[in-house]
Amino acid sequence: MTSELGHLALALAMLCGICLAIFPSLGVWRRDARLMSMASPAAYWQLLLVLLAFICLVESFISHDFSNQLVANHSNRDLPFWYRVAASWGSHEGSMLLWILMLAAWTAALAALSGNLPQAMRARVLAVLGAVSIGFYLFALITSNPFDRVVPAPINGRDLNPLLQDPGMVFHPPLLYMGYVGFAVAFAFAIAGLIEGRFDSAWARWVRPWTNVAWAFLSLGICLGSFWAYYELGWGGWWFWDPVENASFMPWLTGTALIHSLAVTEKRGNFRSWTVLLAIMSFSLSLLGTFLVRSGVLTSVHAFATDPTRGVFILIFLCVVIGGSLSLYAARAHKVHASQAYSAMSRESMLLANNIVMVVAMLAVLLGTLYPLILDSLDMGKISVGPPYFDAVFLPLMLPALFLMAVGPLARWRDAPVLPLVQRMRWAFAASLVIGLLLPLTADSSYKPMTALGLVMALWVAGGVGLATLENMKSPSGGIDVSRLALQPGSWWGMQLAHLGVAAFVLGVTLVNSFEIEIEKKLSPGDVLTIDDRLSLRYAETSSRQGPNYEAIQVRFELLRDNQVIGELRPEKRRYKASSMVMTEAGIRRSLLGDLYISLGEAVDGGWVTRVQKKPAVNWIWMGVLMMGLGGFWAAADARYRKKRVPSSNTTAMDVSSRSGEVSG
Amino acid sequence: MNRWIRAGLPLALFLVIAWFLLKGLDRNPREIPSPLINKPAPSEVLEVLDVLDVQSQALRVKDLKGQVWLLNVWGSWCSGCQVEHPLLNRLAAERLLPIVGLAWKDAPAQSRDWLSRLGNPYATVLMDLQGKAAIEWGVYGAPETFLIDKDNNVRFKHVGPLTADIIDKQLRPMIEQLKR
Amino acid sequence: MSQALPNQLPPVPLDEAQQQRLRKLYTEIRCLVCQNQSLADSAADLAVDLRHEVQSQIAKGSSDEQIKRWLVQRYGDFVLYKPQMQASTAILWAGPFVSLAIGGLIWRTVQRRRSIAPSQTSPGREDQMQRARQLLLADDDEKGR
Repeated sequence: MTSELGHLALALAMLCGICLAIFPSLGVWRRDARLMSMASPAAYWQLLLVLLAFICLVESFISHDFSNQLVANHSNRDLPFWYRVAASWGSHEGSMLLWILMLAAWTAALAALSGNLPQAMRARVLAVLGAVSIGFYLFALITSNPFDRVVPAPINGRDLNPLLQDPGMVFHPPLLYMGYVGFAVAFAFAIAGLIEGRFDSAWARWVRPWTNVAWAFLSLGICLGSFWAYYELGWGGWWFWDPVENASFMPWLTGTALIHSLAVTEKRGNFRSWTVLLAIMSFSLSLLGTFLVRSGVLTSVHAFATDPTRGVFILIFLCVVIGGSLSLYAARAHKVHASQAYSAMSRESMLLANNIVMVVAMLAVLLGTLYPLILDSLDMGKISVGPPYFDAVFLPLMLPALFLMAVGPLARWRDAPVLPLVQRMRWAFAASLVIGLLLPLTADSSYKPMTALGLVMALWVAGGVGLATLENMKSPSGGIDVSRLALQPGSWWGMQLAHLGVAAFVLGVTLVNSFEIEIEKKLSPGDVLTIDDRLSLRYAETSSRQGPNYEAIQVRFELLRDNQVIGELRPEKRRYKASSMVMTEAGIRRSLLGDLYISLGEAVDGGWVTRVQKKPAVNWIWMGVLMMGLGGFWAAADARYRKKRVPSSNTTAMDVSSRSGEVSG
Repeated sequence: MNRWIRAGLPLALFLVIAWFLLKGLDRNPREIPSPLINKPAPSEVLEVLDVLDVQSQALRVKDLKGQVWLLNVWGSWCSGCQVEHPLLNRLAAERLLPIVGLAWKDAPAQSRDWLSRLGNPYATVLMDLQGKAAIEWGVYGAPETFLIDKDNNVRFKHVGPLTADIIDKQLRPMIEQLKR
Repeated sequence: MSQALPNQLPPVPLDEAQQQRLRKLYTEIRCLVCQNQSLADSAADLAVDLRHEVQSQIAKGSSDEQIKRWLVQRYGDFVLYKPQMQASTAILWAGPFVSLAIGGLIWRTVQRRRSIAPSQTSPGREDQMQRARQLLLADDDEKGR
């Protein structure tokens, strides 16, 4: 019964989506306030119904309803409770329902929090969100119904893929989807603005917090995905430039450009067409990612079971949404132009450079991801484009962005003369250069220029943050007054934290890539492996243990420093009962300074081929991205976004000036 | 004019991408074409392999020179091989051309048992216990079938279980043509 | 169903420099039976075999280029994760850098168009509005926003 109820709820939700798309739009066209005000109830009912459908699916999983096809294919009687919940979104169909739920949630949130928005704009934005959701409903109901039954119902399910039986699975997709779908809000605002033909700074002020939050969620989602892959897949890598990883990274890149471009649009009224285009691109890339993951055109560890029929559907959907929005942009972009002047050296020009670099980086990732497909379609053979390519191409592209990251926040709007800037930054520049170049000499491995480059850039960005903080602590009298920092708004703090996160990330990546040690050796009980001059590893014992739905062989290793036992690691090989899949669980000893990572390879008479990796500073990678995400949330929480506005006059001095700016061309 | 180009560029780019995605939908990204097609077959590596002792009169690889023949890579551990095996039996019964079996990383006892249960269509079964010969042929997943012509060139490769369709529509015409 | 024979060959002894070369090569070679993994990370049987093959070749003195060519002869370009520089991959390798160069040109062009030339601005309503904006935003600038 539950599945039927869920199915019905989903269909009714689609009806709400249709109402949401049609009636408010009619209201705007006919200037009918009543029709426009139908947006809110439609949004709320939509969320309620989708939530009901989602709860029905989760309930089916929890209660082992194996007559539901998804439960039969992705769950099992021995599957622990929380993984049964997570299994709801562990399949293509279930994850589409999660998408729809997120979209309904964002729509409802926007309906609830947009009281200050002019009614026509509000109606349009919500209508766009409704229209987008219709596509998803159709896709789910026609090609990917999560509520299909299987008759006769099997006694037990085929189990959730053991790789997914992990806390990471509980959080990673929801966080990621909050990000992907969150960009739909910026997209809806962009479309509404294009239709209306105006983008004042009130528009930008409206979109900014929503976009920052979406970007922050996406950052956290990617961070968690990488962290999870690191400890779950068992080989110690944290990013593989896999098509699905790239599918999440591309919207992040344009999303980063978007949040910066929005700053310019809000404060200066410039970059409007950039902002609109970036908003369309970010959501479009989210949709493209959906296509790539589910259509079977690309091979990936993450790809869902593929089905070209679904691929055709999504492609049509992409053409309608992306093609439509880009056509609208092509037709109306000229109305969006602002023309506030700024000099060649100014914060605007630097942010313009940032926009360009981010878009080029995204295009590079897109090119690499699609190239095998392109060559194959042209019958020019089959090639692989993997990490060696992306690493070689991506790093040089990012250098300008990293450089600008320290300078930008210190540059003035409109005109930032070079000489004063250089003067202010000369110590930070010198310090980062000298320390970055010389520090690798203290290590006992050979000097690698890339290490120095990474250190210089990390120190440079951190130096920029430090300098900005220092300058804002200077009181008018010339002394240092720390309490002055409290005057800074949330957006300033968020920016500094996020940039500092980038520095931490670059530091982590540099140190891991430069100084990691890997040893692969056959070890038997009693063997001692020397890792470096102080650390060694002793194979203490092999044991077997039973998990809730697996059997494991565990090896206990003792970690010795200067021959004293300081800890132990327990890597495992697990065989999951339902699927007979064998999984490698790494044994990891974590610290701020780095990880010790052990994984078991093949069993060789009495022992195991063991792979030991020492990974210095690897946790800074994820801490850095975590800081970026937190910075995004902090910036969104800036008080000025929450200031109550007098409903009757939505215009401010900014609006008047920017509108006159439009008039004068 | 310039303005329209700038505004229309993203749309143009998207349309190009969409076209490629459409073409990509009927391609299989996992299917790897063999670089050996129309190149000499690495038959020498087969000559050094031990022969599975399931028949008294096994064909020698050297005797294949000047003949059109089929190489079928299989293993008792491979479920797809079981699916295609009846088709191979039927093909062998027609005595159209010699079929050489390459038992890939298969314990001899298991291979023997499997063939005795499912039938032996092979003129000879070579045992590639370490997988080195398979690598020379670019094998990456059993079952795989190669068609070799009289000049010892590989002319056709199929990855995955053979189907009646593939045998009738692709293999047979080719075999006939090569035999002339 | 029986299992395939596991790779019983002992690992080939290699010195430190060769081991480093080996690890780097592993990251560049694709495991053909996996869903997008390199030889470095795959546990598949074929990956184990191929790793052993690469080890033997390094021990025999083959260069990285020779080993890669050997693999491509048998498995095609697909087996390499780093696309070789050839006519068909020209756009792939040049594309990003050409795009960056074009981006730079765009930046310069936009700069030229937007540049303020203080001597050219005539006092007028536009200028007064700008001045008003400046005053309003000077507050922002002071706080370094």
